[in-house]
Amino acid sequence: MKLKIYLGASCPPLQSLEYKTGDWGTMHAFVDKEKCTGCKICEQYCPDLCIEVKEFEDKKHAVVDYNYCKGCGVCASVCPQGAIKMELKELFKV
Amino acid sequence: MKKVVRGFYAVAHSVKLCKPHVICAYPITPQTEIVENLAEMYANGELKNCEYITAESEFGAASILVGASAAGARVFSATCSQGLILMSEVLFNAAGMRLPIVIVNTNRALSAPLSIWNDHQDSMVLRDAGIMQLFVENNQEAHDAVPQAYKIAEDKRVLLPFMVCMDGFKLTHAYEPVDLLEEEVVDAFLPPYQPQIYLTTKKPVAMGCYALPAYYMEFRVAMQQAMERAKSVMEKIYKEWAEVSGRDWGGHIVVEYPDAKIFVVAMGSLVGLLRKVVNDLRKEGIDVGLIKIRTFRPFPVENLRKALSNAEKIVVFDRSVSFGYEGPLSIELKSALYKYSSADFYSYIVGLGGRDMPKDFLAGIIRDVANGKEKPGVAFKGYKEFEEVIP
Amino acid sequence: MLTYDPIDLYLRYTKFGGVISILIEVRFHGRGGQGVVTAADILAIAAFKEGYYTLSFPMFGAEKRGTPVVSFLRISNEPIVERDEIYTPDYVVVLDPSVVGVVNVVAGLKNGGVVIANYPKSSEELRKEIKAEVMNAKLYTINATKIAMEMLGRPITNTVMVGAFAGATKLVKLDTLVETIKEWFEGDLAAKNAQVVEKAYRYMEEVCK
Repeated sequence: MKLKIYLGASCPPLQSLEYKTGDWGTMHAFVDKEKCTGCKICEQYCPDLCIEVKEFEDKKHAVVDYNYCKGCGVCASVCPQGAIKMELKELFKV
Repeated sequence: MKKVVRGFYAVAHSVKLCKPHVICAYPITPQTEIVENLAEMYANGELKNCEYITAESEFGAASILVGASAAGARVFSATCSQGLILMSEVLFNAAGMRLPIVIVNTNRALSAPLSIWNDHQDSMVLRDAGIMQLFVENNQEAHDAVPQAYKIAEDKRVLLPFMVCMDGFKLTHAYEPVDLLEEEVVDAFLPPYQPQIYLTTKKPVAMGCYALPAYYMEFRVAMQQAMERAKSVMEKIYKEWAEVSGRDWGGHIVVEYPDAKIFVVAMGSLVGLLRKVVNDLRKEGIDVGLIKIRTFRPFPVENLRKALSNAEKIVVFDRSVSFGYEGPLSIELKSALYKYSSADFYSYIVGLGGRDMPKDFLAGIIRDVANGKEKPGVAFKGYKEFEEVIP
Repeated sequence: MLTYDPIDLYLRYTKFGGVISILIEVRFHGRGGQGVVTAADILAIAAFKEGYYTLSFPMFGAEKRGTPVVSFLRISNEPIVERDEIYTPDYVVVLDPSVVGVVNVVAGLKNGGVVIANYPKSSEELRKEIKAEVMNAKLYTINATKIAMEMLGRPITNTVMVGAFAGATKLVKLDTLVETIKEWFEGDLAAKNAQVVEKAYRYMEEVCK
């Protein structure tokens, strides 16, 4: 099959969604649903927009998109409730 | 002393030994570490009697170089790609003002699409500027080129800017053994810069003046004559360097297997791999030789005519394109050989934007030329079939 | 098949006074930030000290922490002119276990070539994962992340793998490597990394016996 290239090196939006960066880091962010108040501070600080506060039946809390989370730890450091923990991925546990 | 260093350091070390008075640059990949190393040397006090100026752009950097050089300083900068073409307005001036500025160009592709990788397109933009260009094959040659560049540029028969072109990433980022020069060697080879004219209150001059149609052309002819004189000056200084340093890089061109029927012509770091390819193909019984073009400006027309007079097939590997025509190196070579050779030309444009050129790929092309599978002409090699679509 | 046994190369090289023309090609796989490029560079310097000609260079993609990256190393007893990327390596060094599933680390590996990998599980499991039988590859694994975390406190595995490479191949002597490490790093890091290299070297020596 022929390679398709866009005229003038242009690029349609949202192409970066194809580029999953979740396997980059050695750590992942984990949200403690009980502690999370859904204040959305993490949402604003995440450089990759991959943590989002979602409404659930009982309460709202932050959810991490592991397809893109690089494990930078910014969310964990800004969380006022201490509800986000950075954990080493299974592969790197010694 | 032989040491494993990066291409960046090989250049920076050599620049230090040339004792420039002003270094001015703006960072751009893959040049950055050259000026980083120089900045570190400057901060450590290793660069005596030197001013390191950080500029706000390449245009600014080149302008500062012109000012400093006009004031009689030995100057240095390094840049590439977009940076070099941003400098181009100033560099055309520098050549016209006959300022012996030395620049290391870490060859990189031009945008768009944005690419930080290596090809020779940026050098070709400055082809007609009146700047001497020397293409190097490895980091040792880049290291050795800087003192020679100063000596040639500052020769009073020449007085033109000099650009040392080294392939970005392929050379700059490579760690390899380099025999680092001693200060005494460079001191003995390169005398302190004695400008013919410079800005001083004792004997005021204005430089780079305005010329009416009645006078402009003479200045440009003078530049051409200086370039012509540069040919013999370069050859002399290349030889002198071989004696002083014990490393003979050859003259304007280097010819391997001069009696060959088929010749491969290339510039830059690709030449190294081509040596290997040519040697291997000769073992297969293909009568192929190699020409490495070192000096691209002034173009060594006479040397090439002599070397290629008996060639039957000439294969040119170009690392840039003159869109609407073909590869600039091939254009130059054809023009140089007009009426001097009846050889068939096989002009190939390869390795744009850092596209890798594996050994088998190059050997395959040359083999096809030798076997008559390839027809003479111009072609891009090593790209995928594609179609252009609207997003 | 390889025309020579890479493990035996150092001995042959010294024995014949360096008359055999040999080019060893090594490819390093890992992720940005783990020192993949540095690993190749340190070995280039160390191998040069052993009297070889060396050339190391990176292949930069996006220079971002965490993205899979590759670097290359050539070692020869003759000046090296090849500057193309390495397509048919004699050795593959994997610095990060997680790239194994993402990148085909053994692509083009010479028949009988060697893979030295940072892998927490056994080499048998790695063998299955990368389908090593096809190319008759020799596999050596070391839990480099564990060593790095224990000794350096950070999952930066380059020095461990440098030690492991030297231990498995004997291309570079331990003393030379430690000397190079001490020149490369400064202060506390130099001493720590020298220990790391020694540990990995000795471990691999045992594994390869």
